[in-house]
Amino acid sequence: MVDVRSGIGEALPPPEVEDVELYHPHSWWTRYVFSQDAKIIAIQYATTAIAIGMVALVLSWLMRLQLGFPGTFQLIDAEAYYQFITMHGMIMVIYLLTALFLGGFGNYLIPLMVGARDMVFPYANMLSYWIYLLAVLVLVASFFAPGGPTGAGWTLYPPQAVLSGTPGGKDWGIILMLSSLIIFIIGFTMGGLNYVVTVLQGRTRGMTLMRMPLTVWGIFTATVMALLAFPALFVACVMMLFDRLLGTSFFMPAIVEMGEQLQHGGGSPILFQHLFWFFGHPEVYIVALPAFGIVSDLISTHARKNIFGYRMMVWAIVIIGGLSFIVWAHHMYVSGMNPYFGFFFATTTLIIAVPTAIKVYNWVLTLWRGNIHLTLPMLFALAFIVTFVNGGLTGLFLGNVVVDVPLSDTMFVVAHFHMVMGVAPIMVIFGAIYHWYPKITGRMLNEVLGQIHFWVTFIGAYAIFFPMHYVGLVGVPRRYYELGEMAFVADSVHSLNAFISVMALIVGAAQIVFLFNLVWSLRHGREAGGNPWRATTLEWQTPETPPPHGNWGKELPVVYRWAYDYSVPGAPEDFIPQNQPSPGRVSHEAAS
Amino acid sequence: MSAPIKNPAAETLPRPPGLAGLAADWASDQRTFKNVSWGKAMMWIFLLSDTFVFGCFLLAYMAARMATTVPWPNPSEVFALEIGGTHLPLILIAIMTFVLISSSGTMAMAVNYGYRRDRRKTAALMLLTALFGATFVGMQAFEWSKLIAEGVRPWGNPWGAAQFGSSFFMITGFHGTHVTFGVIFLLIVARKVWRGDFDTERRGFFTSRKGRYEIVEITGLYWHFVDLVWVFIFAFFYLW
Repeated sequence: MVDVRSGIGEALPPPEVEDVELYHPHSWWTRYVFSQDAKIIAIQYATTAIAIGMVALVLSWLMRLQLGFPGTFQLIDAEAYYQFITMHGMIMVIYLLTALFLGGFGNYLIPLMVGARDMVFPYANMLSYWIYLLAVLVLVASFFAPGGPTGAGWTLYPPQAVLSGTPGGKDWGIILMLSSLIIFIIGFTMGGLNYVVTVLQGRTRGMTLMRMPLTVWGIFTATVMALLAFPALFVACVMMLFDRLLGTSFFMPAIVEMGEQLQHGGGSPILFQHLFWFFGHPEVYIVALPAFGIVSDLISTHARKNIFGYRMMVWAIVIIGGLSFIVWAHHMYVSGMNPYFGFFFATTTLIIAVPTAIKVYNWVLTLWRGNIHLTLPMLFALAFIVTFVNGGLTGLFLGNVVVDVPLSDTMFVVAHFHMVMGVAPIMVIFGAIYHWYPKITGRMLNEVLGQIHFWVTFIGAYAIFFPMHYVGLVGVPRRYYELGEMAFVADSVHSLNAFISVMALIVGAAQIVFLFNLVWSLRHGREAGGNPWRATTLEWQTPETPPPHGNWGKELPVVYRWAYDYSVPGAPEDFIPQNQPSPGRVSHEAAS
Repeated sequence: MSAPIKNPAAETLPRPPGLAGLAADWASDQRTFKNVSWGKAMMWIFLLSDTFVFGCFLLAYMAARMATTVPWPNPSEVFALEIGGTHLPLILIAIMTFVLISSSGTMAMAVNYGYRRDRRKTAALMLLTALFGATFVGMQAFEWSKLIAEGVRPWGNPWGAAQFGSSFFMITGFHGTHVTFGVIFLLIVARKVWRGDFDTERRGFFTSRKGRYEIVEITGLYWHFVDLVWVFIFAFFYLW
């Protein structure tokens, strides 16, 4: 394989593609609003995602208020509670995490990190954002539609999702939800094609795939997965929309509703579950892989040490991506599918633990004897590792059929997936924002506010989700509006629920500190300079900060080495940028 | 025999043997797929994604067909026509398939003439392809209205499982939409070819980028894909 480190004496290959001609915006509108610059699009994506994410955060507050103090708040009735659950889950998974990692970080970082001027098709990239915004608006519209948003649970299982007993089932809720998802997928495809082609075909000279920062590897693999997984959700949404609007029976069996035989008959609800989870499981890794990639770069940069086992890290990302397409039915052990399927899917699920463990070991080995700077990005990266291992361990319980069956549909499951795909990726998002904010704005985020934000969020997240495992183990089911007088529920559960709710309020409030920091530092933050973290990757080597449209000025950068030359013995500084030639080459080129 | 084109990247980087060499080729400098333009790479990846969409539609249809307890209507009877007193099973579908496959032929010829920079023939062949495509959609509209007249609805039909009508309208409708978009796409590109946009380097209305004759081939990729999908729909829906 091509040596990932600098090859001395290796001739520099000539450019294979001519430098692209960018669209030059003429007006304020085309420069800042309908912009084709990937960096502006990234900020638009991120702002929209965070804004809608705040809505989901408030919804989780309302849910916790009901669970912690049942019956106290009149405005939260059972219908509203299910609507909050559904919208919280859907917004967080799709409209926040997916959009922020791929649309936000993908747009900002891919062109800069691979040394491109922009995405390969800036116009389609712009459309991608506006279609995403439309999807968000359609989603928000369902809050104001008659009957409110759908309350089917974020998995939208039929038949209940389109029946009158479910909030929004016979009103606008489910229609708007499905339409919004379809629109989201169309918009994402436009962006996703851009990210993939830019990584494959748009790199600068010297940037082989095996020299790319792991951030790009993570986002790239996740995007490929998304392009192959979203079709299943698209098809499921179209079919359920037909079931609801045209009276087809794809997912609807013969069913009696309110004592009345419905027109439906002969459909298969399990078919929906298969389609949904064929999307849904890869979706977990669509969110996790960018986080894996970003956290690798954060750890390496802030521990001043090359990432341990770079090549293994790349292959682990690719293998996790591939395996995640053949594990989906581990979400369906209790669905009534053939038990032999359970055996197969449990096996593949546990096999995924191998590449994932390789990644965790490599992160820890990168830290080992590193020069660890406990900067904010590093704190969040460490929090990610701990949280991810925690969530992964409970995954072992849920991946095995016999253990999963009694735990299924309990709060244990809620605690598990919030640790592994809620808290862990969010930690990386925070770390990444603290890390790249200086490049995006030219100013550092405030350190004190950041510390407050970190410690409250980190400790608070554990205060919320650790007790929730116990609550689940003693048998409290998820998605219950209230526990009522159920005899099996221990008294400790009630006090823990109140505790969890209070912590959830505090952690949520801490995010306001973060948002304030984002706005405050725009003007009052310390000047960052071009490369405040003394990092090697290309985005820190731009001639201007923040990088202008076109990123690189006149000349595209040329890459001579991998992204992890930290603390190289004998080097004058403890980092060597990717675009710095090795000493041998300099003299060679000067002579010629 | 002409000398093989030298790939500059292949000379500069040492290539290990075996699987490691394969990986190194894929990971090589600047471009993974040498001599593949951005537009073509994007179309291929889009088609891969679209394959998953159609694959899911067809698998869902097959699952629904196998799960239903009511008999499935016999396609060769449902899709039969009486022409001149003769009962011809699947005759319309046969003609539609023939038209669509022929359009792939004219498309391939258009691509060939496009690379020869023969504006007139390229545009004419693309228009012919679009005409075939429009004919296909027209016959599909005829087929739909005939079935609707016979009482087939998305929620039921006179002969058996309700999923027959719903799958039929959904899958052929989705494919027909693809063909329609293809026809529109063909007409737009044919107009550009006819006007000589790719010789005069006229900039695109939306993207402000210069087009190249390669767009004919990219349009062709999409068109052939839509044809290929039809073959699968034909096999799994009409022949099963």
